[in-house]
Amino acid sequence: MSDSSLVQAVDHVALLPAYLAAGTAVLVLLVDLLVARPLATVVTAATGAVATAVGAAVVGSGAERRTFCVGPDCSYVFGGRAALVAALVALLVLGVLALSGPLLRAGNTPVGEYCFLLACSMTGGVVLGAAGDLITLIVAVEVLTLPLYVLVGLRRGSLASAEAAVTFFVVSVVATTLTLLGAALLYAVTGGLHLERLGTLLADEALLDLPLTTVAVTLVVAGLAFKVAAVPFHAWAPATYDGAPLPVAAYLSTASKLGGVIALLAVVRHALPSEVTGPLLAVVAALTMTVGNLVALRQRRTVRLLAWSSVAQAGYILAPLGALALTADADARTAAYAAALAYAVFFVLLELAAFAGVVALRPAGADGGSLDDLRGAARRHPWVGAGLAFALIGLAGLPPGLAGLFAKVTVVRSLLGGGAGWLALVVAINAVIGLAYYLRAAALLYAPAGEVTAPAVRPARAVAVALAVATVVALAVGFAPQIVLDLVGS
Amino acid sequence: MSEGEFLLVAVLAVPALGALAVAATPRDRAARIVGTVAAALTLVAAVALVGGRATGWSAYVPPDAAGAVRPWHTVDRPWVPGLDLRFHLGVDGISWPLLVLTALLTLLCCGYTLWRVPGGGDGRALVALLLVVEVGILGTFLALDLVLFFLFFEVVLLPMYAIIVGWGGDGTDPASHDARRRAGRKFALYTLFGSVLLLVGVYVVVAAAGTADIVALTGGTELSRTTQLVAFTLLALAFAVKSPLWPLHSWLPDAHTQAPTVGSVLLAGVLLKMGTYGLIRVAVAVAPEGARWAAPVLGVLAVAAILVGSLVCLAQTELKRLIAYSSVGHMGFVLLGVATLTATGIQAALIGNVAHGIITGLLFFLAGAIKDRAHTGELSELSGLRETAPRLSGLLAFAAVASLGLPGLAGFWGEAFAVVAAVESGGALWTTLAVLAAIGGALTAAYLLRLLRRVTHGEPTPVVAALGPGLAGAELVAWVPLVLLALAVGLAPTLVLGVAEAPVEALVGVLR
Repeated sequence: MSDSSLVQAVDHVALLPAYLAAGTAVLVLLVDLLVARPLATVVTAATGAVATAVGAAVVGSGAERRTFCVGPDCSYVFGGRAALVAALVALLVLGVLALSGPLLRAGNTPVGEYCFLLACSMTGGVVLGAAGDLITLIVAVEVLTLPLYVLVGLRRGSLASAEAAVTFFVVSVVATTLTLLGAALLYAVTGGLHLERLGTLLADEALLDLPLTTVAVTLVVAGLAFKVAAVPFHAWAPATYDGAPLPVAAYLSTASKLGGVIALLAVVRHALPSEVTGPLLAVVAALTMTVGNLVALRQRRTVRLLAWSSVAQAGYILAPLGALALTADADARTAAYAAALAYAVFFVLLELAAFAGVVALRPAGADGGSLDDLRGAARRHPWVGAGLAFALIGLAGLPPGLAGLFAKVTVVRSLLGGGAGWLALVVAINAVIGLAYYLRAAALLYAPAGEVTAPAVRPARAVAVALAVATVVALAVGFAPQIVLDLVGS
Repeated sequence: MSEGEFLLVAVLAVPALGALAVAATPRDRAARIVGTVAAALTLVAAVALVGGRATGWSAYVPPDAAGAVRPWHTVDRPWVPGLDLRFHLGVDGISWPLLVLTALLTLLCCGYTLWRVPGGGDGRALVALLLVVEVGILGTFLALDLVLFFLFFEVVLLPMYAIIVGWGGDGTDPASHDARRRAGRKFALYTLFGSVLLLVGVYVVVAAAGTADIVALTGGTELSRTTQLVAFTLLALAFAVKSPLWPLHSWLPDAHTQAPTVGSVLLAGVLLKMGTYGLIRVAVAVAPEGARWAAPVLGVLAVAAILVGSLVCLAQTELKRLIAYSSVGHMGFVLLGVATLTATGIQAALIGNVAHGIITGLLFFLAGAIKDRAHTGELSELSGLRETAPRLSGLLAFAAVASLGLPGLAGFWGEAFAVVAAVESGGALWTTLAVLAAIGGALTAAYLLRLLRRVTHGEPTPVVAALGPGLAGAELVAWVPLVLLALAVGLAPTLVLGVAEAPVEALVGVLR
């Protein structure tokens, strides 16, 4: 592969997970057209998700693979971390499919389109982790997000759902525009698009001092901050989550949020100068967790509570990156990225479990309802209630939710290792605020039912299985968090 | 795995597995028996830890011997290397008396629950939660790794919250439910505030020293002055919330008033000790420079706690609230002992810890018994207990007198020697503090005697007149060990001080 060659050699093995994900989408479409049985469609999508996860794990277990290279710069780098992201997204899609059982059976949602869109979104997530240049990155993020505009609005006859879709669409398009503008400006300043190349180019002091560079970096970061719903770009999230069907809200707050985090990590890690992004992200992280937690305190609707809490959690994920500007030490920086990713992994696991618990306790196809609808639910369904309570406690970061506790510990450790003690204190105080509402929600599950008796619902089997699997995995990584720390560090 | 290692793991594993077994046992009464058996086995294992140690009962070890922490037994295994977390347990003379106290009180609480389950929830879940609380407390006392210490510190929080909210208060009306939910939430948020400061403090130390091993860190030789000041401030704040030190104590009276009897006993008896133990084992040991710097502040706050606690007690009208506030004062004496940073002071703190655990445990059992019978804790509605329930009133008098520090009973040593240590420290400040603390001791006597006068003497009120004189066998079984221990520790303080002497000398040796 020389510079003069016009035909690029393409490493198809590296692309295997992406092929599998895209193939799943096509296959789902065909099965829906030709077989036209909802069950077959869902099974195809689920099988495809499993195949993608396995493919990613297999390819990722080997050495790092690079393809679409121009000289030393490659647009597609599939290493251990990319494999982790790909496998995680695929498994989250599988989990969301399981959560969708009651929704799809209720008959208001077109099954084929639903599964197809989900598989498309999965393709974006799979490519995202491997993106090596800004264009691939932005396209991957868009492929991840685009199907969601439709999925959010899929609840037929629901005005809230349509409103949520429009809000999400408008905000997301604006965010993409910002990122694109930033990328274009960066190209104008440096002449490079590959993340690693940008990193070396921007190490140049003269280039860094240009006001245009700062503007470009700020725009890229701000655009991606929209995707993770970081303050001040968070306002869309609660409305969108609450309007969307429950499984889609689960997808938004897990896989989609993970995608945003990965994109942000990729640009901050490789491309952008940490002198600019560090302080910016520190302030964004502190604001995000504080605002998210404070507003969550006042929520009365279940999904809104989870949405605001997920805003706050994004703050914890971003926090380690805030220490970047202070550390010149390469090891401490790697630790900071690993900490952010580790927190994200712990978080999506617990968040999926929390949504699974809510879906299981609500009637088929219903929205999240108000918190009072969950009153006494754990007395009616001890196992499901315990699972949801466990997930909430884990999100609060307390034993027995050891996964969440270790997530917080990882963040605090990396912050103090990086010398950002003030941010560690902000994280600590926020954990206390967070406990107030997580505890309220969890205690409500065990409260006496009172005079309002919700109709007894039998949790769908697929949902219960998803909840059980997520809970067991959360328990396992709670006792052996080193597994996650090793995976994100590879 | 040696015998010592086995015992150390057993002390944690038995109650943990016991909690699981209790949760898995379908029948309520059988489950409570399983839990009580697990608690009994834990006590046996905890007591057995004293065997097989290298030094004699009160052997003197020169302070220049290697290492300032010389545990009798240790277990040290890697757990999460990525977070500097090792599963490192150990027991020495500072932690052992507290371990035994914890195991004993849990056993008494489980046994008490066999007889009476407080209204609100089923007894099975309550026993399981008591055992989980026990795991957390024992783990905190055993941990020789800072991160592990933090982990166990946190384990206690939610089960205790659940005990307060689920089985607390009296009556099932919504107002009572709201009151205990508020108390529980206040407890959870305050203590979590303490724990997160602990987390930050722990990693301040770990980031600076590169290790979380308490044995290696004791003496603080590797830490810079600034790090020590920051670390000590954070850690001391964390433990001050737990102890609780005035002015961070306001969660305590509410939690105690609402908690069920067994919850109160564990809360006052051993949960608060996690704070004072942490102050000695972690904060002072790891950051001695910071401790010396902050000692006057700590001393002033401790004396303020003693005075405020006693004055508030003089004005209390509710039985459990009064005993709860008395804890603030008693823990003030313990903290004063620690603040002097002398061998006498720390010894006083340790014996004060144990004595307070025994006596306040007994007091809460008795208060619970009175409230269960009379359905009120208002002092104005309780008088003349002596007339209708002489045995109960006699025990209450014994516990109150022990609590006010009568020589010959357990409460005396901690308070007297805290004052002595403050006087010995010399200087105007410490002498003043000693005098004020002594006045606080007198006030303690005043409010406890007032309590006795109001409750046991006088004409029986209609509520009290309806009481029978009898005591249940289960009640006696739960109370007698505490009565005997209060006497034993009072007459032979060497039970606690003997084992603690060597480690305290070693600790004070590195503080200088």
